[in-house]
Amino acid sequence: MSILEIKNVNMRFGGLQALDDVNLNVVENTVHAIIGPNGAGKSTLLNVLVGKLIPDTGSVMFDGKSVLGRAPYEINQMGISRVFQTPEIFGDLSVLENMMIPCFAHRDGAFELNAVASVTSQKDIIAHAEHVLEEMNMAEKRHMHASALSRGDKRRLEIGMCLAQEPRLLLLDEPTAGMARADTNNTIDLLRQIKDERDITIAIIEHDMHVVFSLAERITVLAQGKPLVEDTPDNIKGHPKVREAYLGESADT
Amino acid sequence: MDAILLQILNGLDKGSAYALIALGLTLIFGTLGVVNFAHGALFMIGAFCAVTLNRILTMGHQVIDPTRTDFLGNPLKVDVPYLHGLFGESMGNAIIDWSVPLAILISIPVMVIIGVIMERGLIRHFYKRPHADQILVTFGLAIVLQEIIKYFYGANPIPTPAPAAFSGTFDFGAAMGFDPHTIIYPLWRMLYFAFSVIIISGIFAFLRFTTFGMVVRAGMADRETVGLLGIDIDKRFTFMFGLAAAVAGLAGVMYAPIVSPNYHIGMDFLVLSFVVVVVGGMGSLPGAVLAGFLLGILESFASMAWVLNILPGLNQIIIYLVAIIILLVRPRGLMGRKGVMEE
Amino acid sequence: MLKMEKRDRNLLIIVTLMLVFAPFLLNPFPEGSVMAQFNAGYPDLMQRFVIFGIFAIGFNILFGLTGYLSFGHAIFLGVGSYAAIWMMKLLTMNVIPAIIMAIVISGIFALVIGWISLRRSGIYFSIITLAFALMSFALAYSVLTPITGGETGLQPKAADLRILDAPLAAGSTPRANLFGLEMSSSYKLEIGNWLFTFSAGYYIAAVMLLLSFYLSIRIFRSPFGMMLRAVKSNQQRMNYTGLNPKPYTLAAFVISGMYAGLAGGLMVAMDTQVGPERMFWTASGEVVMMTILGGAGTLIGPVLGAGLIKYMENIISKINASILHEWFYWLPDGLENLLVTVIYPFIGKGWHLTLGIIFMLVVIFLPGGLVEGSQKIGALIRRKLDRGKDKAKSSKSTKPAE
Repeated sequence: MSILEIKNVNMRFGGLQALDDVNLNVVENTVHAIIGPNGAGKSTLLNVLVGKLIPDTGSVMFDGKSVLGRAPYEINQMGISRVFQTPEIFGDLSVLENMMIPCFAHRDGAFELNAVASVTSQKDIIAHAEHVLEEMNMAEKRHMHASALSRGDKRRLEIGMCLAQEPRLLLLDEPTAGMARADTNNTIDLLRQIKDERDITIAIIEHDMHVVFSLAERITVLAQGKPLVEDTPDNIKGHPKVREAYLGESADT
Repeated sequence: MDAILLQILNGLDKGSAYALIALGLTLIFGTLGVVNFAHGALFMIGAFCAVTLNRILTMGHQVIDPTRTDFLGNPLKVDVPYLHGLFGESMGNAIIDWSVPLAILISIPVMVIIGVIMERGLIRHFYKRPHADQILVTFGLAIVLQEIIKYFYGANPIPTPAPAAFSGTFDFGAAMGFDPHTIIYPLWRMLYFAFSVIIISGIFAFLRFTTFGMVVRAGMADRETVGLLGIDIDKRFTFMFGLAAAVAGLAGVMYAPIVSPNYHIGMDFLVLSFVVVVVGGMGSLPGAVLAGFLLGILESFASMAWVLNILPGLNQIIIYLVAIIILLVRPRGLMGRKGVMEE
Repeated sequence: MLKMEKRDRNLLIIVTLMLVFAPFLLNPFPEGSVMAQFNAGYPDLMQRFVIFGIFAIGFNILFGLTGYLSFGHAIFLGVGSYAAIWMMKLLTMNVIPAIIMAIVISGIFALVIGWISLRRSGIYFSIITLAFALMSFALAYSVLTPITGGETGLQPKAADLRILDAPLAAGSTPRANLFGLEMSSSYKLEIGNWLFTFSAGYYIAAVMLLLSFYLSIRIFRSPFGMMLRAVKSNQQRMNYTGLNPKPYTLAAFVISGMYAGLAGGLMVAMDTQVGPERMFWTASGEVVMMTILGGAGTLIGPVLGAGLIKYMENIISKINASILHEWFYWLPDGLENLLVTVIYPFIGKGWHLTLGIIFMLVVIFLPGGLVEGSQKIGALIRRKLDRGKDKAKSSKSTKPAE
């Protein structure tokens, strides 16, 4: 059963065909990786999915409902959470507060004028936030300023914040970009754990083949705005077209 | 037809001042990424350069004029400027008469020095701070500069006359073939317009045709890349701040005969110039100039009698109204690039 | 009792005590003494402290929490004042309807202006609000003269309609009151050489400040307050966390506009007149300075900042050269003159210069304002004391070993 259906999506920036008739289905409760060389249209596709960009033509259905034309916060409330390439967190707030905000969003929706009750009285929210922090192994850092966290911890926090909303689809935009090998492996373990323990679909855009092949169940290769092949990791590895378009290139660099 | 021409002319001098200040603001904003609330104060200091030079030149000593007596019959004491002693009476008077144009020569080094001190001493430390902090610290600086001027020159406007040769009017109507006396325009304002056109063209030529200007323009487009090329962009930006300060100062010097300068003249112009910058498009030099003249002329049209009969007070709100509408309908302004200062 | 954390409750208690005893605290010097000019315990000034305190508390809810720097908040101060005056002209001289109307009307204005301005952020937002401030001033000053009284402004007159009040004799002055208690009435207490004035108007304004302060604590500690801090910290993340930052920011804008309206209404209750200069953009700049001087984003900072600026405006501005000479008469003449010459530009009419310099120093070195400054000093002293204790301990522990 596919949870995300992308049909005939086209997007043009001036003379550049960023997305060229993209068709893609993501099956529920799988890890689906989208790979491709730089400029293949991965980021554009991701921005279409979260509502930052609206494609010229085509349709994007999430769980049977169209996401096109909706604001990013509406799409998020539908159940799609996004992890950014550089961790986007609330740097001025404490770790616990960072975690509480998605809990509020999950409980109260996009806007709730809750100006009189005290934060400390929101026992359910605090319990929920602390639970997720423990899951992320960050409980002892709850009173730290989020901006003081290490890069790896910021990443964990951001993933945790997305999970706190209990999304149906988690989008990851190069989650290990710029990370040391040890941090990358930690992130892989974390994502594996998430996949095993939750009912969740993960779509991941990644450059690092190590990450892709350790996690993904399906892989779509994108080149010049077009999906080239879609298959299982094992088949992708040996696919001549992919070698030509992507792996050959990445082997050079 | 002649009425329209008259309004366009009336709008030009204010428009010129807006354009010059907005140009400086944009140079600073575009190169340094700093929103400078003290830019109006630089305009004001320029105007007070003219006032100061006038005061220095007219400084003199008292002598007893034996040929004249006061109403009590005593010999009359008259002030004689030292210049009379130095250059003789007629030459001395001529120098005093031309004090405003002469002040241009003095104001350029003065303004550049003030600008460089400002950049090195203060603004530089705010590049990495949030825009709100930049606004606040330059706002504070504007108040301090304003109060220093007030301390030395008092709160009242100080009339600063243009040279006699330019204090007359020019009958545009007669020159253009309309009825004489329908379009009479002060000569100094015409000069101001011409002056501003020269300065603006000069800046544009400088940015377009010199390597220095090219680097600065590249820096405006993408500061980090230019920095990576190993070009010492910081030094050039200090110079740009000095240049922008000089432009604001010159605009102020030349404006002194049009409006007697007082200590808050800078703030009055600054606020409008910000609106001009936003309407023109943040970071766009041609936009700043275009919007400066357009808004000056628009303001002048809105103050025509028949307009005011229909909508009293329109002249006082038209600029803000236009600015708000433009910001809402076309957020990047008339000629701005997309995404400047958006996030 | 009030569902607050201990720290906040203590702060509220301190503020309450200070407000109640302000007539004493602000009048520490006996009448007729050299220092008497530093007394700030007269009703007019105390009312100003309190009213601008409310204004700054409200501004802080917007700027301190969301980081949106408005240069147009005096609009709502002015709108509140005009609304209050009109209630006094049309309905009654009782201040209650005037104050309620001031809050309501300024809230409506804030909703409209905020809805438009908040479509942009950052520097654009600041400039749009600045444009609105200048436009509102021009509207009040000339365009809308029939409603605002133009340059001269408005005052309640004996001949006004005032549906609820008994008609006044021609020529008499209508006085603002609270169910008959006149705002200007006061009780004077003389103790020795000291004179203390307890004004009805001041205490009514002080109650309003207390309510405003309490509400601001609640907002700061609420989920709503946390969302506003999230707006300041990272709007992108907020959007992608399913939260819409717009209504949060707009709500903060409207609340702070209503605070400004309350302040404007109170100004009219204390001194029944209003002119367009109340909404000039420099008045908006003043509340910005108050909030930042005291400490944007802190609870008590804006109130302190408002007090500091109003104190300077009313007290420091009155010191002149001869007073300075009086102070330093005991110095040798040359030194006396030198000192007076050096200090003179910064006092009297030069108080703006002093304010500008202090403001710059705070922005450069103390982004958290005076509150952060005093916290830093407090921490420094505590560390010194601790070190002293440690030394004492270590010297004690080493001695027996000898």
